[in-house]
Amino acid sequence: MLLISCPYCGERPELEFVHGGQAHIARPGDPSACSDQQWADYLYRRDNIKGVHAERWRHTHGCGRFFNALRDTTSDHFLATYKVGEPPPAQAQAQAQLRKATT
Amino acid sequence: MSQALRTPSGGRINRARTVRFTFDGRELTGFEGDTLASALLANDVHLVGRSFKYHRPRGVLTAGPEEPSALVAIRRDAARVTPNLRATEVELYEGLVAESQNRWPSLKLDVGAVSGLLSPFIPAGFYYKTFMWPRRAWQWLYEPKIRAAAGLGRAPEHPDPDSYSNRFAHCDVLIVGGGPAGLAAAHAAAESGARIILCEQQPQLGGSLLSETDPGAALGDGEWLSRTIQGLMNHPRVTVLTRTTAFGYFPHNLIGLEQRLTEHLAQPDPRQPRERQWQVRAKEVLLATGAIERPLVFPGNDRPGILLAGAARSYLNRYGVLAGRRAVLLTASDEAYRSALDLHRAGVTIAAIVDVRPQAAGELPEAARRAGLPLHTAATVVGTTGRLRVQGIRIQRLDAQGQPQGAAERIACDLVLMSGGHTPSVHLFSQSRGKLHWNEALQAFLPGQSPEKARCAGACRGIFSAEAARRDGESAGALAARDAGLAIGAIIREPPLLEAAGAAVPGELPQPAGRPAIKAFVDWQNDVTSRDLSLAAREGFRSIEHIKRYTTTGMATDQGKISNLNALGIVARQIGKAIPEVGLTTFRMPYTPVTFGSFAGYARGELFDPVRTTPIHDWAVHEGAVFEDVGLWKRARYFPRNGESMHAAVNRECQSVRTSCGLFDASTLGKIEVVGKDAVTFMNRLYINSWTSLAVGRCRYGILLRDDGFVYDDGIVARIAEDRFHVTTTTGGAARVLAMMEDYLQTEWRDLSVWLTSTTEQWAVIAVQGPGARHVLEGLVQDVDLSAAALPHMSVAPGRICGVPMRLFRVSFTGELGFEINVPADFGAAVWEAVYEAGRPHGITPYGTEAMHVLRAEKGYIIVGQDTDGTVTPDDAGLAWAAGTRKSDFVGKRALERPVMHGPERKQLVGLLTAEPHVVLEEGAQIVPDARVTPPTRPIGHVTSSYYSATLGRSIALALVRAGRERMGQTLYVPMPGGNLSVQVVSPVFYDPKGSRQNA
Repeated sequence: MLLISCPYCGERPELEFVHGGQAHIARPGDPSACSDQQWADYLYRRDNIKGVHAERWRHTHGCGRFFNALRDTTSDHFLATYKVGEPPPAQAQAQAQLRKATT
Repeated sequence: MSQALRTPSGGRINRARTVRFTFDGRELTGFEGDTLASALLANDVHLVGRSFKYHRPRGVLTAGPEEPSALVAIRRDAARVTPNLRATEVELYEGLVAESQNRWPSLKLDVGAVSGLLSPFIPAGFYYKTFMWPRRAWQWLYEPKIRAAAGLGRAPEHPDPDSYSNRFAHCDVLIVGGGPAGLAAAHAAAESGARIILCEQQPQLGGSLLSETDPGAALGDGEWLSRTIQGLMNHPRVTVLTRTTAFGYFPHNLIGLEQRLTEHLAQPDPRQPRERQWQVRAKEVLLATGAIERPLVFPGNDRPGILLAGAARSYLNRYGVLAGRRAVLLTASDEAYRSALDLHRAGVTIAAIVDVRPQAAGELPEAARRAGLPLHTAATVVGTTGRLRVQGIRIQRLDAQGQPQGAAERIACDLVLMSGGHTPSVHLFSQSRGKLHWNEALQAFLPGQSPEKARCAGACRGIFSAEAARRDGESAGALAARDAGLAIGAIIREPPLLEAAGAAVPGELPQPAGRPAIKAFVDWQNDVTSRDLSLAAREGFRSIEHIKRYTTTGMATDQGKISNLNALGIVARQIGKAIPEVGLTTFRMPYTPVTFGSFAGYARGELFDPVRTTPIHDWAVHEGAVFEDVGLWKRARYFPRNGESMHAAVNRECQSVRTSCGLFDASTLGKIEVVGKDAVTFMNRLYINSWTSLAVGRCRYGILLRDDGFVYDDGIVARIAEDRFHVTTTTGGAARVLAMMEDYLQTEWRDLSVWLTSTTEQWAVIAVQGPGARHVLEGLVQDVDLSAAALPHMSVAPGRICGVPMRLFRVSFTGELGFEINVPADFGAAVWEAVYEAGRPHGITPYGTEAMHVLRAEKGYIIVGQDTDGTVTPDDAGLAWAAGTRKSDFVGKRALERPVMHGPERKQLVGLLTAEPHVVLEEGAQIVPDARVTPPTRPIGHVTSSYYSATLGRSIALALVRAGRERMGQTLYVPMPGGNLSVQVVSPVFYDPKGSRQNA
C-alpha cells in the first residue's frame, strides 16, 4: 500500500485515495473542432511509461481534492505531488533523471 | 520405550515438564520447549508424511520454516483442523493431536505409493503430454483423478470458529529476524533513540545462537545474548514480537506481519484472537533474515533419516535429540563438520564423512581427523537404501576430473547429514524489488540496492559467522536509526566480511556417466527431480520462469526455499550458461503460508461490508418486508401479507398503486445539491439537457453521459432557486456521479463558482403514488397548493408536512399521479407513519422495489445499468428528445456526433410481448430474427427487463434490439432450452402512453 502525500492533508495511506489516470490531459476547449481521431485520442490514448509518470489522484476519503503526482512506475516512488493547475515540478524531474543516472 | 533418542542432559527444553501428544493416534511424549518435529525424532519417528506426487515416504528434513516434507495436520476439533503445518514449527503442547497427510490407508502402507513405482513414466510435463485426448475428459476424468492422487492436507469442512485481529503500526526501524544480527541491530538502533519493532518467527529470540551449546563462545562474549534480549524486552522504545513472521514487503516500506497468538497453547481462551496481522509502516527496514542450508542432490536423497546437517545439530543442541545412532555426513563445505563433531561428542557413531571436495584442510576437518572420524574426500554419493528409513548409502571415489570411478562402497547408517552450503534468505529483500547480485565466491545471490528504505545485515547478506553477523547488525542498526532521522554520530560500517571458503556449487553431485540419476530430488515438496529439470532443458525450455511452471519446481507452499538454487544450478549446467545468466524466479509473498482468516480480520459476517439502511428501515422490518441488497443499501423488496408469495404480493402492490395509492421508500436515491452562481452553467456543460430554460420550481428528467457518449446516469433534477439545483441520481450511481462532477469542477472547469454537496442521507424520500395520492396528502401538507394547476407534474415546492420542513416533488416513476416528499432524515420515520395513517382510509399500500420495477417497466422508464450497459446512447434508449439541441457542448456531445453513434444498425430500446401472455422471458435472453436458425448464430439483441404485469394481465419485457424501432410489429424469437419463444416488437410504453394519469 502506497503512502501518498496529499498537497492539502499530508501523508496518508493509499486506501484513502482513488487513482485518476494520466495527468495533464485537458479536455479540448472546442470538442466540435476535433476530428474523430483527435477525440478518440483524447478519450482513450494514454502513455504507459516505464519511469516517471504524471498521474492524477483524488483524496476521496479525505479532503476530496484532486491533485497530480509524479511517480516512478519502476519503484513506485513519488517524486512530487502538486495541486491541479500547477506545472509538474521541474526540480523533481531533474531529481528523477539524477536517480536514473546513478542507479 | 519413550524418547529413546533424547540425550541425558542439555538443550533448551524444560525436562521437568513432560508433554503428551499423539501422532496418527499413537501416544507419545516430549518436553516443554519441543517442536513436534523434535519430539517425534526423540521418539525415533522419522517417517512423517507421504510426498505430493509419488507418495514417497518422507521425514523431517530441516529444523525451521523452510521444511518441505514434514507437513502435518493439527486437529483441535472438527472445525479447528489446520493442514500443511510444518512439524518443525509446531510447538508442542499437552494433548496435541497431529496427523500425517496424503496417505491411505496408513502412513506405513500407502496405496498411492504405486505411483512411485510408475515414476519413471511420470516425467516433467507428464500430465500435459499424456492426458491430451479427449480434451473434454480433462474436466470430468483426468483432473479430478490427478487431484485426488496428488495433494497435501485437506481443508477443514466447517466454518472457522476462531477470530482474527488486525493492527496498524508505525515505527522508525522495523527489524526482521531476532538472530545475532537482528538483536544487535535492534539494540544499536534503540540506543540511538529510534522506535523499534523487532519481529522473530520463532518463540524465542536468538536465531542460530539457539542451536549453539555455548552461544557465548560463538560470540566471544558469554553474557551478550541474555543481556541483549533482556535489554530489548525492557526497552521503552522497543516492541518485540515473537512467533511473528514478516510475510510480505509492500511498497513504501509497508510490511505485513503475521503474529500467532494461541497456536502454542493447549487451552486457548476462545475470546482471544488466534492470530493478529500487523501492517507496519517503517521509516527504515532492516532485514536480518539469516540463511537457509541447501540440501545436496543425489539419488535417493529423500528417505526419512536424511536431514540437513545444521538441522541435526539444532535437534541435538537445542532440543537434546539425537536424530540417529549411526550417521554419515555428506558435505561440500567446512561448516557442516560442526554437526558431525557435535553428534560424535554426544555418542553418535560417525560412520563416514564424505566430502565432495578434493581436499578438506580447514580447522574443522582437522578437528574431525583428530577425533578419528573416517573422512573420505573426493567422493560422491551414488545411491541410498532403506524404505521407510535410510539404511545405508553408496559412495564412489571421484577422479581428478571429478568423475566417479571404481566400485561403489556401501556404508550402513540410520542417519544422513547433508550440507550444500548456505543460501542467504533474500526473499523479503527481493520482494522490496531490491536487485540481487551473484557472488561467485559464495555461490549465492546477495542483496544489492533496494528502491525501498531497506538494508540487510548478517547471514542474509552473506556474513555467516555469528560474531561477524552481530557486528554487522550493530552498525546496520545505527545506520538505520540515522536514516530514520535520528541525529547520531559517525558510523563506520565495515565492508561485508564474506567467509566464502569452499562454498558448494549448487546443482547435482557427480554421478557415473551413462547412469542418469533417478530420484535425486531437488524440490521435496513438489517431487521434482534433477531428471525432470534436465528433461525440461532438453525439451527446449530456456527461461527459468518457464521451467519452473513446466516442472513445478519451487511452486509448492515452501516456495522453493531449499530447492531454488539447486534447480538453477542443474538448469544452468544443462543449457551451458552461468547461474546469473539463467536468472532467478520472482520471490513472492507470503514468505510462509498465511491463514486466510487473518487477512479477513474483523471483516467477517455482519462486519464484512457496511450496511446502509434508510430512516424507514425499522418500520419495514416491523411490517415483515423482504429486503434485497442494492449496493450497500438494504431495500424493502416487497411486503408479503399472510404468507403471500412474492408474485402475489407484487401483483397486489402494483394494483394498489394503479387503483388507489401506494407508499414507497425512495430514500436511497442519490441526491446532490449543486449550488453557486455558475450552477446552471455547470449543469448545462455536464448533463445533455438544457437547464437555462428550467424555471425555479420545475423539474426535468436529466441524462448524464460520459465523454464517450454513452449513458452514465439519470435522474430528476429540480431547480430550487436560480443558483441551486436538487439533483437526484440512481441509487447505485450516487457516489460515482458526485466523483465525476467533482472531477470536471476541480480539474476542467475551475472557472466555475459551484459547490457540490452529497445530500443522499440528509433527505428521507417518501413516494406517494396513485390516483388517491393527492387526497392522502391534503390533510398533512402545509404551505403548498396540491392542485394540478398550482403544482403540475414535474414541479417542486418548499413547504411543511406535519410541521416538518419539506421539499415536495410532484414526480412519478410509476405513471400515476405522484408525489415524492423530501424531509430531513431524522423526521423520515415519523412523517412516513403519519402518511401511512392518513392514507389508510384511501387504501394506501406500502410497496417495494419489485413492484416499483414492474410499474416503471409498464411505462417504459429505463433503469440505468439494467436497460443500459455502457454502450447505449440517449437515442438508443429513446431519450434523444432530452438533449438540449442548441447547446454547443456538453459531456458526451462530441462523441455522439460520430457516424456510428446513430447508424441504422444500433440496438434500440423496444417493448416485447410474448405470444403466450403468461410466459415471462428471462432477463438477459438473446433475441434472433429467424426461428429456423439454429445456434451458433448472431443474436440481434437481448431482453433487459421482464416482468408479469398484473395491471395488463400479461407479461411484458423491454429489450435492446438492432434497429428495433423499425421492427415495430415484427415477430422475433427468443431461443430457450425448451424451444423458441416467439415475441412481438412493440412500443416500450405499455401503459397510458399519453401520460394522462400522471398529469391528473
